[in-house]
Amino acid sequence: MSSSSTLNKILKVLAYFFIIMFFLFPILWIFLMSFMTNDEILRKVPTIIFSPTFDNYIALLKGKISTPAGVMDVFYMKNIFNSFILSSCSVILTLILGIPAAYAFARYKFKGGEDIAFTILSFKFAPALLIIIPLNLYFTKMGLYDSYFALVWVYQLITLPLLLWIVRGYFEDVSEDIEHAYRLDGHSWFKSFWKISIPLARPGIAASSLICFIFAWNNFVFALILGSSDIQPVTVGALSFITASAIPYGLIAAGIVLSVIPTLTLALIIQKYLVEGLSLGAVKG
Amino acid sequence: MKINKKLFPYVLTLPALLVCVGILIPFFTAVYYSLQRYNLKMPHMKGFIWFDNYVRIFTDASFWNTIQVSLTYTLFTVVFELLLGLGIALLLAKRTWYNNILGVLLILPLMIAPAVASLMWKLMINPNFGVFNYFFSLVGIENFKWASDPSTVIFTLVLVDMWVFTPFIMILLLAGLRALPRQPFEAAELDGVPGYYKFFRITLPMLFPYILTACLFRMLESIQQFDIIYALSQGGPGESSMVFQVSAYLTTFQYTNIGKAAAMMVVLWAIAYFLCHVFVKQWHKLRAKTKGIA
Repeated sequence: MSSSSTLNKILKVLAYFFIIMFFLFPILWIFLMSFMTNDEILRKVPTIIFSPTFDNYIALLKGKISTPAGVMDVFYMKNIFNSFILSSCSVILTLILGIPAAYAFARYKFKGGEDIAFTILSFKFAPALLIIIPLNLYFTKMGLYDSYFALVWVYQLITLPLLLWIVRGYFEDVSEDIEHAYRLDGHSWFKSFWKISIPLARPGIAASSLICFIFAWNNFVFALILGSSDIQPVTVGALSFITASAIPYGLIAAGIVLSVIPTLTLALIIQKYLVEGLSLGAVKG
Repeated sequence: MKINKKLFPYVLTLPALLVCVGILIPFFTAVYYSLQRYNLKMPHMKGFIWFDNYVRIFTDASFWNTIQVSLTYTLFTVVFELLLGLGIALLLAKRTWYNNILGVLLILPLMIAPAVASLMWKLMINPNFGVFNYFFSLVGIENFKWASDPSTVIFTLVLVDMWVFTPFIMILLLAGLRALPRQPFEAAELDGVPGYYKFFRITLPMLFPYILTACLFRMLESIQQFDIIYALSQGGPGESSMVFQVSAYLTTFQYTNIGKAAAMMVVLWAIAYFLCHVFVKQWHKLRAKTKGIA
């Protein structure tokens, strides 16, 4: 009995070890790599003992890389800036479009309401290219190719269903009686919506906005197809590094670290809400 | 100003509806394109050809290869992610400090863009300095080719997909496990029911709605996976990892054959729509259930 429980313990420790190695070691390793020189990275036996350097980050911030072939310009900071613009604007637009709709779906039973809600949900699961290929041709014709506006609009495909369905759940949790009582005092619908419903659902709205931000930030395919390097976010920018062969590997790692810091930070802040967000409101955390 | 009570919800949903219409227009355009001979390099050849594009792709061996690769990829990712995710959820189910910390840390890969995650793995499996090559050499596997060999490319892609998305299944199931009622377990404890019996007869059936929702969710995303595959192998070597969306991407931008690419995407959409239908039903049930408890 006791030997089997020791065996159990050993197996458990091993399981923890492999889980940590598989899921967390890669993040740690890339982080360490971003402080290494190319020579240190290229060592035959990888080691965690090295003299850390900030050169990779400095080069990215300055936008100039010195390679054996001369000084090369990189516009990675521009990519990060683009990511911020695209993700924030997408979230703002989603809030404007989604909050009233989420409220309507939560409060009123109306003809076609569920159908509309599910149609919007189904956008999340439609193949991206099905919609982007024609859009690409439209945008080119309309002169919208390569504009923030066009991208922000397409980003609604991901952010709108997400926000709509999560916030709908939060509005459903707000008691209708409080709203009624407030309106019996002679306040208008808009006032009760603005002063009662939204503040009560605010933590949920804030968390789902941040989840939308993360998803917009992590999107890759929309900007790959609908934008040139001028407006492309970090996801596309980072990938173009690997094709430019002269770029030192430590610099790519530094680029990766910079690109994931915002999303990882946000994720840690809202981790309590993540389960609910990721399951579109179906599972409570 | 008084707005008709019946119209009011529609007014509230109108802005979102406009976006809907804006998305539905390109959708129908794509369906229309799929019925046309439409190659950007040969604009004068453009014309309506009914289902010729569909007939052509379904008589084309490389499209069947695409279907096969996509289904293989989906099957492997969903099955392995479910098994691993369930295992981790069970391991972390007890609320101890280290389980709580690990539960939070394990979400991190999921929050990294899949395209960037692929880039990370590219740096770790590089033939010259990849740290995973080193690990493999420690257990006697030398010169593992990863994504550059047709026989291991799917393994590599599935591994990266698992790295990113297993946490998704894990946190859903973990939330499910922790929300399960205690009574059946306590009763089983009193009766001295063995552990495996408890697992298969109590835990698993009660967790089933969560498992089903998580799996359908992953299936829907997996069959359409683009980022990871585009970033890591671009469908190659040869066509050994050519999935739907990568194939449609190359058909559009390399061969400029819009009609054919649109037809492929409509086929994928049909598959996704079917899955989505099943998923939404299941997801709705689970949503109603958790809402009922709350």
